[in-house]
Amino acid sequence: MHILYAILIGPFVTMAREPAFLIEVLIGGLLAGVMYSLVALGFVLIYKASGVFNYAQGTMVLFAALTFVGMLEAGLPVLLSLVAVIAVMIVLAFAVERMVLRPLVNQSEIILFMSTLGISYFLVGLGQILWGGDVHPLDIGIPSGPLTVHGILINQLDLYAAIVAGTLVAALALFFQKTRVGRALRAVADDHQAAMSVGIPLKQIWVFIWAIAGLVALAAGIMWGASLGVQFSLELVALKALPVLILGGFTSIPGAIVGGLIVGATEKLGEVFWGPVIGSGVEDWFAYILALIFLLFRPQGLFGERIIQRV
Amino acid sequence: MKLRKLAVGLALTGAIGWATGGGPVFAQNEQFIPRLVYRTGPYAPDGIPFANGYVDYLDMINARDGGVNGIKITYEECETGYNNDRGVECYERLKNHPPTGASLVDPLSTGITYALISRATADKIPVVSMGYGRADASYGPVFRYVFTFPATYWAGANAIVEYIGSQVGGMDKLKGKKIALVYLNAAYGKEPIPTLKALATKYGYTFTGYAVNSPGIDQQATWLQIHQANPDYVLMWGWGVMNSTAIKDAASVGYPMDHFIGIWWSGDNPDVEPAGMAAKGYKAAEFHGVGANYPVIQDILKYVYDKGHGHGQRSGVGGPLYDRGVINAIYDMAALRTAQKKFGDKPLTGEQVRWGLENLDLTGAQIKALGGEGLVTPIHLSCEDHEGAGNVRISQWDGKAWHMITGWIVPDRTFLREMYKESALQYAKENNITPVNCAEVHASR
Repeated sequence: MHILYAILIGPFVTMAREPAFLIEVLIGGLLAGVMYSLVALGFVLIYKASGVFNYAQGTMVLFAALTFVGMLEAGLPVLLSLVAVIAVMIVLAFAVERMVLRPLVNQSEIILFMSTLGISYFLVGLGQILWGGDVHPLDIGIPSGPLTVHGILINQLDLYAAIVAGTLVAALALFFQKTRVGRALRAVADDHQAAMSVGIPLKQIWVFIWAIAGLVALAAGIMWGASLGVQFSLELVALKALPVLILGGFTSIPGAIVGGLIVGATEKLGEVFWGPVIGSGVEDWFAYILALIFLLFRPQGLFGERIIQRV
Repeated sequence: MKLRKLAVGLALTGAIGWATGGGPVFAQNEQFIPRLVYRTGPYAPDGIPFANGYVDYLDMINARDGGVNGIKITYEECETGYNNDRGVECYERLKNHPPTGASLVDPLSTGITYALISRATADKIPVVSMGYGRADASYGPVFRYVFTFPATYWAGANAIVEYIGSQVGGMDKLKGKKIALVYLNAAYGKEPIPTLKALATKYGYTFTGYAVNSPGIDQQATWLQIHQANPDYVLMWGWGVMNSTAIKDAASVGYPMDHFIGIWWSGDNPDVEPAGMAAKGYKAAEFHGVGANYPVIQDILKYVYDKGHGHGQRSGVGGPLYDRGVINAIYDMAALRTAQKKFGDKPLTGEQVRWGLENLDLTGAQIKALGGEGLVTPIHLSCEDHEGAGNVRISQWDGKAWHMITGWIVPDRTFLREMYKESALQYAKENNITPVNCAEVHASR
């Protein structure tokens, strides 16, 4: 009986007793969720356009951040470094299309998924050869001290990351809705064959989408790198994106954002209010449990396309 | 086609040659050390400097002294990635290496240490878990092949609490204080909990533990809780990216850095540098000196790096983890020398090296002669005690470098020995191990 009270009633009593702390945790969770969304966006873009679950997205975050910080350490100015990394990510997109996707066209999804596994290991090795295994501090000028608004503590880095992610999503939404290339990308995402039949070049679209995913990886890499330091652990941020994808759907950009917010908020609330009852360190699996529940009732995610197959 | 036949022929010849004993030729005056390292993966930033320090020292004594008493030291690295299964695989692959098998094994992971204890004991290969692993393995009568010197996590926790006591005006002033532990949710991170709980009962402070799952890249919820609970001191048992994330997150909730103390595996440059100036004032427990201004480190630069044979970059020499790798090698070689005194200047078996470890008496004068005065702490081991003194110092990061801010803190040996013994005897009971009688062991020498 006591344990039932501790799990089902106790946390809500604590929340009611400490509303300011509840808001603090909630805001912290929502902002952390935006950081997850940044990574999840890259997955969504590639899956939406090519149906490939890109296992290498986490490694692309690492590789982009490593290259960026490597350029900075080599003495290049920030802007030039950014341009150089963008160029590297575009070259990578070309290489992936030419050497991996094109030879595997018409292969099953699992084969394409396995190929991204290979890309991931290749990028990890290449990153270590080029930039070494050290931790590279990355200071982008965001103050690290506490920011208190009306008694509510806010993580400044997360706040800036939310602004970056918001801007990025708005830019991507505009790009997809208002530009010719964007419309072509949406057409490919809806139906490959129909898109090809009206003259949309599928291979160029693939290069384009991998390049955009590379840029999103760079943005995520810079924000996460500023938080953790640029190091090989960055590839593990992909683990944070998986429940976001399951919740938001693999094909929806708004889904990645909303999914990130839900995962961020619920895992922080779970850790803070339920952690002391069932043991701390719950936030990692809490997100996956949530995703599992969603899978049972809505396998396509909140905003994903409903899977209908003729039988 | 001809080329293909030639290739097949060469491969067959090679295979037959290997099978009939024509494989690599090993000199008979070599002593082999297996090196379980992690130079890749998320924990590489910590694994690389340690691995470099160890093998640079071996290369230095081979180049400067021709090995240990004329016996050349050879080694082979095996990548564990800080994974227990790969650690065991590496151990199995290297344990029978010629000419006498593995002299000893340094697992460099508490998890791998746990996995190797029974295997290595059966194989008669000593496990040297220098500053990590099972603290209760310090009790030699049960853990015959495991060595924990120069300090265990329990000794580290005890010394840190004593340091906190000194900061608040005496151990009696700890009553009513709040001490929190942020720890990696793994065997390593959980090690100090029994000690911190026992000391909480003894001194009257409140203890709260906050587990962080590996790799620890997101600790915001943990630090919001800490901000809410407002403990007087926070200790950290972290590894890899968890350390730098914790320091950053502590700064983001405004926790005072000079009240945040990490264990030695949370006190290196990769832990503080990503946090920038926010890490200024952060403290860490250490069981050795730090820096490059020691004769032994200068010899490494002279005999290894000046010849272009260094395993890392010259700038990495003298960092806390690099130095710890060197110190690990110094202790291992000292054990080898001790064993050579009894068994002769020849390649020794693991069983013989175990004797050398158990009878290790590395004095201040010997350390000075080795060029490690101030870097290495003296060690005196015995059948009963596989840890030694367990002395610890506290260092502080000033934003650019680490500085020792205390002398050696001596933990409560009586308290610790009782805890080691009680826990080790429980382990012996569960594993059907009969503890040896150390009086008989001493008498047989």
